Amino acid sequence: MRRIPALLTAALLTATLAACGGGDPLNTASGPETTSGQAIVVGSQQYYSNELIAELYAQALEADGYQVNRQYQIGPREISMPELASGAIDLMPEYSGNLLQYLDPSFVATTPDEILLALDDALPTGLRRLDAAEATDQDSYTVTRATAEKYELTSIGDLARLTQPVSIGASSEFATRPYGISGLQGVYGVEGVLTPIEDSGSALTVKALLDGTVQVADIYTASPAIVANDLVSLDDPESLILPQNIVAIASDKVDQKAAATINEVTGQLTMAELIALNRESVESQLPSAAIATTWLTEKGLI
Amino acid sequence: MNYFVEAFAWIADPAHRTGPDGIWTRLGQHLAYTLIATGAAALIGIPLGYWIGHTGRGKGLIVGATGAARALPTLGVLTLIALFTGVGVGAPLAALSVLALPSVLAGAYAGLEAIPAPTIDAARAQGMSEWQLLSRVEIPLGLPHLIGGLRSATLQVVATATLVAYVGGGGLGRFLFLGLKTQDYPQMLAASFLAVALAIAGEICFAVLARIAGRRHHALSNR
Amino acid sequence: MNWLVNNWPTVWQALWSHLLLAVPAIALSFVLSVPLGWVAYRYRWSRFVLVTGSSLIYALPSLPLLVVLPAILGTSVRSSLNVVVALTAYGIALMVRSTADALAAINTDTVTSATALGYSPIKKLFAVELPLAGPGLLAGIRVVAVSTVALVTVSAVLGIPSLGTLFTDGFQRGIIAEIITGIVGTALLAVLVDRVLVAIGWLLLPWARGRS
Repeated sequence: MRRIPALLTAALLTATLAACGGGDPLNTASGPETTSGQAIVVGSQQYYSNELIAELYAQALEADGYQVNRQYQIGPREISMPELASGAIDLMPEYSGNLLQYLDPSFVATTPDEILLALDDALPTGLRRLDAAEATDQDSYTVTRATAEKYELTSIGDLARLTQPVSIGASSEFATRPYGISGLQGVYGVEGVLTPIEDSGSALTVKALLDGTVQVADIYTASPAIVANDLVSLDDPESLILPQNIVAIASDKVDQKAAATINEVTGQLTMAELIALNRESVESQLPSAAIATTWLTEKGLI
Repeated sequence: MNYFVEAFAWIADPAHRTGPDGIWTRLGQHLAYTLIATGAAALIGIPLGYWIGHTGRGKGLIVGATGAARALPTLGVLTLIALFTGVGVGAPLAALSVLALPSVLAGAYAGLEAIPAPTIDAARAQGMSEWQLLSRVEIPLGLPHLIGGLRSATLQVVATATLVAYVGGGGLGRFLFLGLKTQDYPQMLAASFLAVALAIAGEICFAVLARIAGRRHHALSNR
Repeated sequence: MNWLVNNWPTVWQALWSHLLLAVPAIALSFVLSVPLGWVAYRYRWSRFVLVTGSSLIYALPSLPLLVVLPAILGTSVRSSLNVVVALTAYGIALMVRSTADALAAINTDTVTSATALGYSPIKKLFAVELPLAGPGLLAGIRVVAVSTVALVTVSAVLGIPSLGTLFTDGFQRGIIAEIITGIVGTALLAVLVDRVLVAIGWLLLPWARGRS
């Protein structure tokens, strides 16, 4: 009968050991790795393509002799931006239009250059943007080749030829965002009804488009699924959708030399290159580090 | 704490109540998903649990299946099924039924298992057929356990049915995901509160059922 | 299989992070639930509040809970403390009822005999009630452990690494093998933790050996 105190002790011990073994559970500092003083902390969004770009930066910096601490797959911008602002993260690939909309929801800018200029003002002190890449990864109204041919669709406004309302597969925020249902009605006079699919235009959304559950899907323009499934992204002559150029956001810890290195990477990141990188990730299914090494070596950047 | 006040204000706002995106519609959908998923789990779980409990065969299956089903991450199962079936309510309802099955199965089985052997022997000695034994002795005596199993299954499904909205369906999850994606945390919390309210309503129903069953149980044992 | 070979370090790291989130939560659920369950068992009036109240925690959808907790705890959103606290709450939701039931299932004659022998309530609890409830407590914590391991995956949505990260990444890239690895890995980890608990039970509850 003496065993019960032993049982309780053991349970407590397990709890204590577990807490200590974790090191982390009681440490409220961000991320799983301890941040060493000198290392540049590279973060990425929870999006494989973003992680891949972050890995390009990380390896290029390492080749330059910098120490790098990787903290990838951070949830939404509401989590990552405060950490960038507080210095917990030093460098992160971002998307110009969405970032501006997050920082300054009231701002009305439509061209890529306007957005970049506005970003310079909107970024919190201590953060700056580096060069923007030619590559963009933005929302699009995408249909199947068959639908496009049947209704002779080339631009978003042509969706008016479909039976109204048009069913659209996209993430739930599409219901309220300016480029979503309301903008479609206001700018192009097309009525849409949303089927929310919360995978950010990935496999499930593409499947829903292909099997006819939805007629239109919001798929990122750099998604390899567009080419792989012969999909048609409709033109946007009225600039309903914000441009989303890839742009690195950096803290003061990223010095001139490091910034120059990252800008070199960015300089090579054309639309075609980004799609190719994404396709490589989806098709070869290799870890981002392996894909990044191959690409940087090919470009002579490391 | 501000979020909480705002969340209740969100629920109280009459503009959020009616219409195809209103609270009533979403609440109704949520309830329907819960009933369908739990019902499907009951259709499979109760006969199977009774069969195992009555014959004593396949006990290992109960332990293995319930353990395995509990260990399955619902989000993973949901999306995997959806990748094959496409979006809509089919995949989430299947995933939710898988989630509910272990509790129902265990409840049905445990109800029969808990009956003392002398009771069963006495029933047999009176010349009851297997079917009479099951329907007149085992099922009534096992009812409290079965209700307990259905109760925890329902509770789990109510909480998880928010995931239906992840793949194109409705329910309270619509508010939850919209709130999450647009940083409208009061809306997200409001959805959580509504889910909890639904769970409380379910708990009350089951508490009443359990009381009724308990009374019958008592009457039976005292006979 | 090919995916697994190419990405083994990723999986291994995810597995490890997963365990470090699950184990403290399981241990804390046990330590906190036993006293609560005892109160629910000992004082009838508290049973409804404690058992029903705690089981309602289970109805809280996990995603909003993980988003709201930092606001309440003052932690950063990506802190693993949030996950541990949330998982502990879910564990308590299941375990308080199991504890109360396990204690209630003890043969009342045994407890009455202990009282008659002059055992104080505390001594009775540690020397009679808890040991006899041991198998029930073990069964309860096994259920908690398995469901906790499965629940950890949700935290990946917020960017806290675990096997759930394999889902979020696998969905986006459409890599079925990665999703299946996540599911199978989670299930295997659950079985592993369960086996460890059974072993602990075997060591601590020798009188119950061979009964299960």
